[in-house]
Amino acid sequence: MTTTLESRESQRTAPRAFDLKLGGVRELNRTLHHAADGDAFAVDHPGGKHSIAVGVNSEVEIEINGHVGYYAAGMNQGGRITVNGNAGVGVAENMMSGTVHVTGDASQSAGATAHGGLLVIDGNASARCGISMKGIDIVVGGNIGHMSAFMAQAGRLVVCGDAGEALGDSIYEARLYVRGKVASLGADCVVKEMREEHLAELGELLRAAGRDDDPVDFTRYGSARTLYNFHVDNSSAY
Amino acid sequence: MCGIAALQLRNPELRSSMGSLLTTMLCEIVDRGPDSAGLAVYDNPALTAEGLSTLSLLGGDLGIRADDVDALLGELLPESGGTEIKVVGDTTFISAEVPAEDLAKMIAKAYPEVVVAGRGERVAVMKSVGHPVEVAERHGVKAMRGTQAVTHTRMATESAVTAGGSHPFSVADDLCLVHNGSFSNHASVRRELQRLGVHFDSENDTEVGARYVAHRLEQGDDLETALVNLGETLDGFYTLVVTTADSMAVVRDPIACKPAIIAETEDWVAMASEFRALAELPGIENARIFEPEPGKVYTWSL
Repeated sequence: MTTTLESRESQRTAPRAFDLKLGGVRELNRTLHHAADGDAFAVDHPGGKHSIAVGVNSEVEIEINGHVGYYAAGMNQGGRITVNGNAGVGVAENMMSGTVHVTGDASQSAGATAHGGLLVIDGNASARCGISMKGIDIVVGGNIGHMSAFMAQAGRLVVCGDAGEALGDSIYEARLYVRGKVASLGADCVVKEMREEHLAELGELLRAAGRDDDPVDFTRYGSARTLYNFHVDNSSAY
Repeated sequence: MCGIAALQLRNPELRSSMGSLLTTMLCEIVDRGPDSAGLAVYDNPALTAEGLSTLSLLGGDLGIRADDVDALLGELLPESGGTEIKVVGDTTFISAEVPAEDLAKMIAKAYPEVVVAGRGERVAVMKSVGHPVEVAERHGVKAMRGTQAVTHTRMATESAVTAGGSHPFSVADDLCLVHNGSFSNHASVRRELQRLGVHFDSENDTEVGARYVAHRLEQGDDLETALVNLGETLDGFYTLVVTTADSMAVVRDPIACKPAIIAETEDWVAMASEFRALAELPGIENARIFEPEPGKVYTWSL
C-alpha cells in the first residue's frame, strides 16, 4: 500500500511550538522521541541546523518552518514531517515508515538507504537521490542529480523533471519513473515497458504526493538483472 | 572536511558591516574545520589603503622595521612616501607605493624565512592555527569594512596543520583560492608547474590549485576559462571559491561530493559549505538559494 501525504485529521491536536533560536536540536529530538501518536509539533527558525527531527518513532505530525541542514527526519518511523523550505544532505535517510515532505529543494543523498515510507520533494533533488534505497517511495517534483538510485534495491522513485548522469547504476529491484530526459543510464539500468500495473502504481504514487501529472508521460526504468551473478567472461576485470 | 564561506557585497551600504557578516558566517562552519583558519577581506582601507600595495605576511612578531624596508626598497619608493607596517593578530601587513610584485621580491630576498600569505592592492589575508573564531577575533575581523571576503576553516588531510597550510592561498595580486576537498594528482601538476618556473611555498595540494589558476590567468585565461582548465588538469574532490580584485567564482568537481550552497539577492551574493552559514544574512528569506551544479563554473563581478 502506498503511504500518502494526506493528513490524519482525526488525530490532530494543537501543535506544540519549538523555536530553535531559543532551544537546541537535542532538546527537540528528545521531546519527539517521547511523543505519543497523534501529538503535533511546529518547529520555527531551523536555520539550517543538522539532525532536526531525527529518530521519530511514533505517529506524530511535525511542521518545520524554514530550511533544515543535514539528515533531517532521518530514521523516521511513523512520523508525518513537513519541511517548509529546503533540506540539506541526507533528508529522510534510512526512513522506515511515515512521510517526509520537503516543499523546496533537497541536497544530495535524499532518502538514502531508506526502507519505507514516502518522501516527497516538491523542488529539485541533487546528486545520489535514493542511493541504496531499500523500499522507500520517493516523488520529486523537479529534477534529480547524477548517480541517483545507485544500487537501489527496492522501492519506487518518481521524477517529474529530468534525471542526471548514471541513473540507476547497479540497480537491483527498485522501479524508477522519469517524465523528462535522462542524461545517461548507469550500468545494468534499462528502459522498461510501461504496463497497466505500472501506470496504476505510478498514478497512485503521484496522487499520494498530491500531484496531478499524467502517468502516461513517464518512462519506466529498472534493472536488466545482468549483474546479479558473476559472469565468467568478466573474470579478467577483477 | 573543511568549511568555506564567501560573500560579495553589491550594495555599498552593507560594506561597513562586512566583518560582522563574515564572522556570523564563520561561526557556522567552525565544526567543519576546527584546526586552523584563514580569512581574506577586500577593500578594507584600514589594512589595504588605496594607492598602495600590501603584502600579508604570516606571523605577528617578525621584527621587520619600516626603516629597513624603506632602505631596501631604496629608489623604487616615490619621494612622497615610505613603507607602512601594521601588526594585526598573527599577521604583519606591509604597505608601500610600489608594485606588489616588487615588494614581494624584496621581502623574499631580504627575509627568506618569511611567508607571504597575500599580496595585491585590495586584499588583506589573515591565516593562523587554532580555533577559527579566535583567529578572527585576534585580527579584529568583526569591525572590518569590505567589498568581498572569503573565509575557510580547515580540517587538514593533505599536509600539516600550519598557518602556511591554511587557506586562502593568495599567490598572485588580489587572487585568493579556498578549497574543500583534496587534489589527488597535485604532485605531478606541481612538478609540471615547477618546470615552467613557478615557485611553491608549501607541500600543500591547494597551493597547486592556486598556482595553477594564477598561471592560467597569466597566460591570458579569464577566471571562468582558468577554472574550466583546472577541471581538466587537476584530479580530485573539490569545491573551490576563487576571488580576484573584483570578482568571485565557485566551482565543484563533476562528482560533487563536497557541498556548496549559493544565495543571491540584489544586495549580495554568498556561498557557503552549508546553508546554516547563510541563515543570518540580511534578506536571506527572499534570496534565490541554489546548489551549484557539478562541474559548472559560476562567476559574479562587482
